[in-house]
This record gives sequence, structure tokens and C-alpha cells, in this order.
Amino acid sequence: MSRFRLEIRVIPRPGLLDPEGKAIQSALHSLDYDQVHEVSVGKVLYLDVEAASAEEARDGADAMCRRLLANPVTEDFEIDVLEATAETVTT
Amino acid sequence: MRVAIVTFPGSNCDYDLYKCIQLVGGTPEFRWHRDVELGDVDAVMLPGGFSYGDYLRAGAIATMSPIMDAVKSFAGSGGPVLGICNGFQTLCESGLLPGALLRNRSLLFSSRDVLLRVENTSSIFTQEYEAGQILRMPIAHAEGNYHADDETLDRLEGEGRVLFRYTNAEGEAVDSANPNGSARSIAGILNEAGNVMGMMPHPERAVEPILGSVDGLGLFNALLSHLSPLGAA
Amino acid sequence: MTHRADGTGALTAASVSPREGDPPITPELVEDHGLSPSEYDRVLEILGREPTYTELGVFSAMWSEHCGYKNSKRLLSTLPTTAPWVIQGPGENAGVIDIGDGLALAFKIESHNHPSAVEPYQGAATGVGGILRDVFTMGARPIAVLDSLRFGDLDSGRVRYLFSGVVKGVGDYGNCVGIPNIGGEVYFDRGYEGNPIVNAMCLGLMKAEDLIKGEAEGVGNPLMAVGARTGRDGIHGATFASEELSDDSQASRPQVQVGDPFTEKLLLEASLELIQSGNITGIQDMGAAGITSSASEMAGRSGNGVEIDMDLVPVREPGMTPYEILLSESQERMLVVAKSGREDAVRDILTKWELEAEEIGRVTDDGLFRVREGDRVVAEIPSLPLTEGCPTYEREGEESEEIRDLRCADLSRFNEADADQSEAFLKLMSSPNIASKRWVYGQYDTTVRTGTAVRPGGDAGVVRLRGTRRAVAATTDCNGRYVYLNPRSGAMAAVAEAARNLVCAGALPTAVTNNLNFGNPLKPHIYYQFREAVAGMAEACKLFETPVTGGNVSFYNETDGVAIYPTPVIGMVGVLDDVDHITRHAFQNEGDTIILLGDNTDEMGASEYLYVIENLVAGEPPSVDLLGERSLQHAVLAMIHQGLLHSAHDVSEGGLACALAESALGTGEDPLGVHVTLQDALPVLPLLFGEAQGRVVVSCDARSADEVLQIAKRHNVPCRAVGKVVPSDEGFRIDGRASSLEADVEVLAEMFFGTIPKLMDGAGPS
Repeated sequence: MSRFRLEIRVIPRPGLLDPEGKAIQSALHSLDYDQVHEVSVGKVLYLDVEAASAEEARDGADAMCRRLLANPVTEDFEIDVLEATAETVTT
Repeated sequence: MRVAIVTFPGSNCDYDLYKCIQLVGGTPEFRWHRDVELGDVDAVMLPGGFSYGDYLRAGAIATMSPIMDAVKSFAGSGGPVLGICNGFQTLCESGLLPGALLRNRSLLFSSRDVLLRVENTSSIFTQEYEAGQILRMPIAHAEGNYHADDETLDRLEGEGRVLFRYTNAEGEAVDSANPNGSARSIAGILNEAGNVMGMMPHPERAVEPILGSVDGLGLFNALLSHLSPLGAA
Repeated sequence: MTHRADGTGALTAASVSPREGDPPITPELVEDHGLSPSEYDRVLEILGREPTYTELGVFSAMWSEHCGYKNSKRLLSTLPTTAPWVIQGPGENAGVIDIGDGLALAFKIESHNHPSAVEPYQGAATGVGGILRDVFTMGARPIAVLDSLRFGDLDSGRVRYLFSGVVKGVGDYGNCVGIPNIGGEVYFDRGYEGNPIVNAMCLGLMKAEDLIKGEAEGVGNPLMAVGARTGRDGIHGATFASEELSDDSQASRPQVQVGDPFTEKLLLEASLELIQSGNITGIQDMGAAGITSSASEMAGRSGNGVEIDMDLVPVREPGMTPYEILLSESQERMLVVAKSGREDAVRDILTKWELEAEEIGRVTDDGLFRVREGDRVVAEIPSLPLTEGCPTYEREGEESEEIRDLRCADLSRFNEADADQSEAFLKLMSSPNIASKRWVYGQYDTTVRTGTAVRPGGDAGVVRLRGTRRAVAATTDCNGRYVYLNPRSGAMAAVAEAARNLVCAGALPTAVTNNLNFGNPLKPHIYYQFREAVAGMAEACKLFETPVTGGNVSFYNETDGVAIYPTPVIGMVGVLDDVDHITRHAFQNEGDTIILLGDNTDEMGASEYLYVIENLVAGEPPSVDLLGERSLQHAVLAMIHQGLLHSAHDVSEGGLACALAESALGTGEDPLGVHVTLQDALPVLPLLFGEAQGRVVVSCDARSADEVLQIAKRHNVPCRAVGKVVPSDEGFRIDGRASSLEADVEVLAEMFFGTIPKLMDGAGPS
């Protein structure tokens, strides 16, 4: 088994009203960053997990997102396996 | 009427609901999130608060509690379930009610009295009200912005499952009377079977004149008379 | 060797040794720890040897102003602290008073100014967390919070950032724990530009017999650390709060603690259950100076000693030194003294609430505060000298000439001026100091616990006590500008206004908690402000029979050498014997008679008018007649008890015109109009906008007006009917002898309710 570090990005579904994104966008505009067309705000979760392979680590995270970490009504998610953090010996 | 009030770590309106049920002549009982059985009760209520600190998403972690399996099967067998505020969020997260509660459009926690128009008086929760009646009760939430896709919203409306809408004193669901940006000014909804209801405003905080309103009483009385048609509590 | 059990204990032999890697004790290190050479000499005397680095840290925290009150203690001892209804006076986590029906009220106010200046959201949130813990560790369930806030002027982006962050922090924490916010105050004045003031007050209810104290009773009883784990956050917060802010403070972010209201809620429930269970003998928040202060204070109060082992303290990160563990201010932690043999029962209760409890030490009979790291003793200090032996000082005090000149400024031109009153009136109504603070309390849950009878926005918040006819009222008050220009009368005015606010809500003023926010007391003009303010407060509290049961001192509120206005915030509580006496500030009915109690004067000094219209902070603040105030308050209570009043509202910032407008606008939902005629032979500006003290605007049914006037007369209170409440479309009008003031009610409402939201639209980082 190995330890994998996963990055999960939970992001609002396209088209969903995102008042926080809008507020940040207007704040950026007030600082003259007119090049900003859209801001959307989500969250990032980092998980250290144990799995036989990167594939297995990703599948596990996918299930976690569907059950708890993301709300399918309002959010999408993306998973990246960042690295194998350590080899572990488990019994 | 025996009512199980399900308390999660971080629930903070559990006691208010308890007192409210007593006031209308029901028998409240607390159930802890770790319990696996509801016991012999006639209704289940999920109180407001910040279950699990509202971490991740309001109501999300509460849905993983052991007691929620019992709540789901109680609802599945037609038992009345009411979720208020955080309880509404939990019911949506658990899939017992459609849609989701997003952050308020203002991005701020919003605490004030709102006015609600009663949209359907045939449900077991609203049968004591008159159609179009305007109710006053407090809200206190940061994530009460009801969201669902258009198809779901159309269905809710078509099936009379929108129970309350935010309005002004004239009973108009205008945008300025919508405290959180909820789709179509929706404040409370019903599930398809008509036995599970969720709402963001707090009816249990509007049950005594000293609190500024008694408009919440109708909801609890309606449930009581539905469950005890002969007047036996 | 022998150890006395009176807390002065003789020391063990030289078993205390420095740890590897400890820095050597140099004069510079001592200075960095905020100890003066003479204080360090006192340390040497107490220990009979050089302290270890760990011990130096312990002394530094315990003898900081925040914990040791070294520059305030002597003057604070002049405050009245006793009355038959006082169950617990100063010195405990919170004061406690008897409120009848077997019930007791625990209450306290505390500052979190410095942390909030650096990180407003967390600073304010943890301020609320700390004051809640102070109250529930007395065995009381928190039933209400209030917040007393001060910022610079809102036209500064940084001020808006601080303001929005503080309000969100206060709100998020209290909302999550589920304690209603029932009131407070917010001021904006350039006098607070560099240092915001964030004071939070909490009220808790208990049965009188459930009172528990922060004492380490019972030799051999185990000490248990309960709640969150100890991390590196907030190390030396107590010392930090005892220094002036500078640019370096921005780099101090790691010192700011992070709050977790979710854990607090669990800790609250667990603590109350622990206290009820009878399994513990003492409990205390690990607040300022963390384990050090909680353990040593519990030992000091009981006269016992304590021994704690750093290896047993649950920590959040590895490699923490005893110094760090002892001084960490990680939030949501409690120290509990369990009864020997009941450890498992204690653990069971905590487990139910998903909390950790670890045994970290025990109560000893040697009067020593002893800290181990396994077998090694890293600190050993007699507990009583540590907690009570902090040298106390009376400093030089002298009034600043600059301020004296401001006070003596000639304001007579405002008694002749023929300014445009209507425009000035609208400017005042839209001054953030007078405008509605709904933007603030709209972010606070005010109705949770279904006890709030009067929500924020009036003179005082009121909470009914379920199962009785009673209610309690609370308010926080202080006009820092008054205190700045005249510390003695300004402090009296703060006490008088607090009492007046409670009376207007129908409550009998009962007791006080104070939060004394000042600059650097080593500066003579600051110490003068402090000394005078305490004297004024003592005099007023004695006369009103409202003893001070505790509070907090916050010095060093200075940035780059500039101090805040001296701001002794008065948190006052009152009792209503019958909820039917609850009275609101808003006019209720068209046609009601408006009656003014108290005298109008020509005083204009220190007024909001001068600040807003003339950009001036000057003049003698309005004079305070304490005996007259007392008569006024008795008269208003008598009127309320006879059921005569429909509203009562204190006249304060903005004067009579603004007070009438506030009563007319009410909560904004059903505003009313006002027609008032004033026949006073006074210049128009002070008549409308002067802030003469001792005035209350009441309204009553026209048929009751004579009776109201009679009661006032019996109490020797000046009193007259000045007009009537009219429908809102008939407008707001005050006719004087020579001129009249007129305004459209809708415009007034727009100004009053719209100003702060407009200023805050899109404010700062959220």
C-alpha cells in the first residue's frame, strides 16, 4: 500500500448564482483589474489516503465526493492525485 | 402527539422547539444523533442550529449521523418530518427534500422578521392557515437561499409543494421582500408524498405574544390535529 | 523542608533546572517579557534564585497588565462592589447577583481590542468565545450577549474592513453557539482610528445553588484539560494586550487565536452537565495566559498548590516546549478539577459531547505552582505570590494641557448661530453614530432561545425568564468623547445613561460590569484620565446602588503614541419583576401625548452636532446631576409600574430632536409623525441638538398625561407635555419660539436606516 496526497476541488456548477464570486469580481474591478470577466469561488480539500494505486485512490475520492464532499445539486468536483507521499507497510 | 426532536452536535434551537411542542400540548423527546432508533413517536423534527459547525456545507455532515437512517425510514413510511432552518438544510442534503440552500445573496448572516404568504392550506402542516394568509416570523441564517433547477421548481409549484413564500405586507412576492435570494421567493417546501416539510424561517420562535408573533402556532397546531384528530394529544 | 498550605509555600531545593536550548536570562530578555527591573527583583525574591526561561514566561504573563492589573488594582479597589443582592463580586470568572425566584444572574464584559486590531474577524469571535466561557464556568447558561464597539470614521477603507470583520466575527460566533445578541453600541470617531474597541458582554442564568468557582479544592484531586488541544496560537497574548500597537503588530498575526464556536457549543453543554453532575469541584476557562493563569489562579484562590505535567497535555503539534504549552492561548479549552475517583464519570460526559479530557496534574498541599516535563521540574513558583504578588502601582497623573484647552474652548457662537437646522438635523440623523445599527444586529441572531422580549435597536435589550414573571435587561454605554474632555463627569454620564436606558425599558438597575479601555497608563495624562474616570464611576455607582461585580481593564490602546479616547464602558444589568412592565423606545399610537422629563439646557460641548457639523471635539461635556438622575429614574419606573407609559426613550447623542425622531421611526416598520412645541427660552441649536443629561421622552394616552405629570412632580422631576404623536404623513415637526424644524418621515427613515448599509455596500474583504 502507498500513501497518496489528493487535491479535490469543489466548485459551483456553471450558471449557479455565485454572490461571493460576484463580490470579489467587483472588488477587483474597483482596484482597476478590468480584465477580470468572471470569478467563481469554490473550495479545495487535501486528503492523505492509503491506496494500492493512484487509480484506487482516485476512485475512493470520487465516491467520497458523491456521498459527502460535494452537493450534486450545486457543485461539481475535480480530483487530482498529487503524489505518492510515502510507502507504508501495513499489516 | 409524541415528537422526536433530533439533536446533532451544534444544534441550538432544539430546546426552543421542545418548549414549543410542550406549549401546543404535544410531548417532545430528544433524540441524540448517535441514537439508531426513533422509538414510538408520531412526528420527527430537525431543529435549527449549526450541526457540526456547518463545516463543509450546512447540514451536510449531519446527514451521515446514525439517527438519519431512522429518520429516512420514518419519512419513507409516511411519518411527518419537519425541518426548520438547519433542519431544512439537512433534509435537502439528505435527499428527503429537493434542492439546496446556498449562501444568502447578501453574503451576510440575516436575522430579522420576515413576512410569509401561505401558498397551500391542504398540507398536514398548513391546514390551520387560510390561503394567502400573511405570517410574521423570524429568520436567522447565512445559508437560506433556496436553489433548485427550473424543472424542479416548476414541479414544486405545479404540485402545490411550495408552502410559504417571502412577501411584503401586501402579500406580494417582490424581490425586496426576499431576504436571501431564494428562487421564486420560496421559504418552505413539501416533499412529493406530503409528509416531509422544510422551511428556513423559525415558526417555533413565533408562538407567544412576548416574542412578537404567534403566527407559528398554526403550523404546530395543524400537525397536532392531523395526528390526534379526536383531540387526544 | 516544609511547605505551608497557605499558598506562600517555601520552595523545594534547587530541583528546578533550565531546559536544554533555553536562552540565558539576560536583562534584555527580562525586558522583552515586559518586566521592569524592580519587578524582576521581586521575582528573584519570591524564588530565591534566578528563574528559568519557562518561569520567566509564567511571571511575564501573570504579571502583565491583562492578568495582574498592576496599574489599575489600587484605583479599582475604590469602586463599590457589595450589596445584599451581590452573590459574587470581583475576582472570579464573572460576577453573580441574586435576581429573585431562586435565580441568579452571572455576567461580565471583556475586551478583545488588540487581537481585533490585527485580525478583526478572529479577534472579535474569540472575544465572544472567551466571555461566554467566563459565564458558563460559573455554572450559568448564557442567555444573551451584547457588544460594545468603537471604530474610526467609516470613510476609511481600513475602518470599514475592521468594522465588517468585527461584526461578522461577533455574529458568527454567537450565532453558532446559539446565544442571542440583545444590544450594545457602536461608535465611529477618529479617536478610535488606530485602535478599535471590541468589548463583549455576556449574561448567564443559573439557580443560585448551582454556583461553582474557579478553585482548586481537595488535595489529590486530579486536574483535567478539557476541550480543544493546545497549539502554538496566541502565545503571549496577555503580554501582547499590554503593549502599544505599532507597525510591527501587523507582523504579530500568529499571536491571534482562531475560534471554533462549534467546539465552544459542545464545551458549554459539557461544562454545565459536569457542574450539575457533582463530579467536579472547580472549573475555569484557559483564557489569557492559558494553562498558566487558570492553574495558578485556581490554586491561588483555594490556597492550595497544583502540579501539572507538560507531557500529559494534549497538544496539536509535536515538539511544543513547556514555555509554549504554558502560555498558549488556544481557544475553547477548560481546566477542570475533578473529584478523585470520578475521573471516568467526567470522561464519560465529555465523550458524550465528543470532547477530550486528559488528566494533566493534581491539586497539592504545598502552595506551589509546579510544572513538570515528565520527571524534570521546569517551573516551581509559590502560587499566591504569582497570582496576587504582582507589584501594583499608583502612577503620576496630570491632565493634558491640550485636552484642557479643548474643554475650555469658547462655544458661545453656537448659542447665537442661525444655522440651517433642517439640514443639520438630516446630517445628524445620517451620522453613523446616530443612524440605526440595524446593519450590525441584522447579522446577529437576536431571537434564538425564544427569550428575547426586546431586541437590539432600543434603549436596552430584555430577556424574559421562562417559568417566572420576571425579565432581565442589559445595556452597554459610554460616550468616549465626554470622557476625553472630562473624565470624571464623562464616566458619571456613562453610568447614568446606562441606568437611564434600563429604566426606560422598565427595569430596576441592579449591578455593573465595566470595561476600562484606556491608553498607556505610564503616561501621566492617561493615568489622570483613568484615575478621574474611576472616581466618577465609583461615585455614580454608589449613588445608583449598582455595585461593580467585575470587569476588565484594557490599557495600551495606542497606535504610534496616539491613544484612544478614554472609554470606560459600563455594562449594566437590571431586573423587571413583571414582564408586563417591558417598555419600548418607539412611539406606539397616533394621538398619544409626548412628555419630556428633565430640563433642556444650553450645553453644546462634546456633542455629536459639533463633531458632524463643525468637525469639532471640544467644550465641557454636559453636566451630570446624579441626584436629579436618580429622581428621574424613580419617576419613570413609577410611571411604568402604574402602566401609564406607551414608550420611554433616553435623550442622548444628537439631543432632543434626534431622540424624538428615533421614537417616531421605531423599528422602521410603522413609523409615526411628531408635532412638538418647545417654549424654552434657549438658543435653537442647544435646544434641538444639545445633549443635556437627565432627559427622557415618554409617550402615553392623552387621558393619562395628567397622571404622568403628577408622578413627575411628586419626584421633583421637571416635566411637561410637549406635543403629540401624529400619522407619519403629517410629518415630523418641532416648533420653537422663533423657528421650526420640519422633516418628511420617509426621508428621515431613509437617512436613519439607510446610512450604514450604504456606507458598507461592498465593504472590504469578507
